[in-house]
Amino acid sequence: MIYLKLFLTFLKIGAVSVGGGLSMISLICESVTSNGWMTEAELLNFIAVSESTPGPIAVNIATFIGSSQGGIWGAFFATLGIVLPSFIIILIIAAAAASLMKREGVKAVMNGVHPCIVGLILATGIGMMLSKLTGIETIHSTFAFDWKSALLLAALVLFSLLYRLLRKKGPSLILLILLSGAAGACFFR
Amino acid sequence: MKNTMRLFWTMLKIGLFTFGGGYAMIALLENELVEKKRWMEQEEFVNMVAIAESTPGPIAINIATYVGYKTGKLPGALLATLGVCIPSFSIIYVISLFFDRFLAIGWVAAAFRGIQVCVIFLILSAGIKMLIKLKKTPFSMTVMALTICAMLAIDLFAINFSSIFLILISGALGLTVYAIGRLREGRGRE
Repeated sequence: MIYLKLFLTFLKIGAVSVGGGLSMISLICESVTSNGWMTEAELLNFIAVSESTPGPIAVNIATFIGSSQGGIWGAFFATLGIVLPSFIIILIIAAAAASLMKREGVKAVMNGVHPCIVGLILATGIGMMLSKLTGIETIHSTFAFDWKSALLLAALVLFSLLYRLLRKKGPSLILLILLSGAAGACFFR
Repeated sequence: MKNTMRLFWTMLKIGLFTFGGGYAMIALLENELVEKKRWMEQEEFVNMVAIAESTPGPIAINIATYVGYKTGKLPGALLATLGVCIPSFSIIYVISLFFDRFLAIGWVAAAFRGIQVCVIFLILSAGIKMLIKLKKTPFSMTVMALTICAMLAIDLFAINFSSIFLILISGALGLTVYAIGRLREGRGRE
């Protein structure tokens, strides 16, 4: 039953990931690859699309994965899954328990969860970088250095740092995505 | 009821015009809710954003539900959340129908190989930004370092272990450290 599976998968992700869209990436990546719904490269393609289309990234990703696996109803149940935990938790907080967030115990749990989420995002980024640049996904993979991707990554880092230095703020995500797309179309054939 | 419908349209607009997810939405929301419509005081808005960031789920959904409830109880919360989701859902659904065929074009596929590198860069910089904002205590740094090591080990050795458990364990650790601190404090007072 693909609808139920999509719903439960995204319900789980929506219920535990704190800190918005990209903090869900590690969980999403894990579930789509282990279910065989998408490869890591396909997911990266789509994250780019969801960064450059309007709306919450989490909803975009859930809708896309749902639609690719189960058409419009797949999209519906995946989106419902990712939204429902938020909706219920916030409803409880807004209705009755705004003071709940000030409780020492809740704060203590969050003190543990926040650094864990940051660690998960960084580890996911590092893992993706390793597999993209060197081909190493597990210890059994063979080393294959992708110097074009490495150059592009270095160029992106340099460009953002320079931009930040000159303009006092980072470049927009869409600009970075467009530039990388152009670079890819020219050099990655 | 009139306010609820207006909130629905506002949320629909916000869902349609914010790029880059929850954080980008915060500025637009503040402008709409606090400055233009005056549905909220600045202070309440800041509190709400703090709650939205520290509860699970997409930040935009958390904010929409909260504002919706404050303006129109349960129907308000439902409509506001629906409003912020509808643009995303429709746009992405249409894209999903054509995405595979689009990627089958040679130069598009090449462009996306470049874009994949960019997305990895975006994920890493999101992580670094969150790291900068994180309260740096010996405890939080240890949890973060352990999480990174654990995740990389899980990946490299292809161990079947969901990162959901890492999140739950970290939450339990936070609570344990707090409880131990309280116990010590209690003893110190005796």
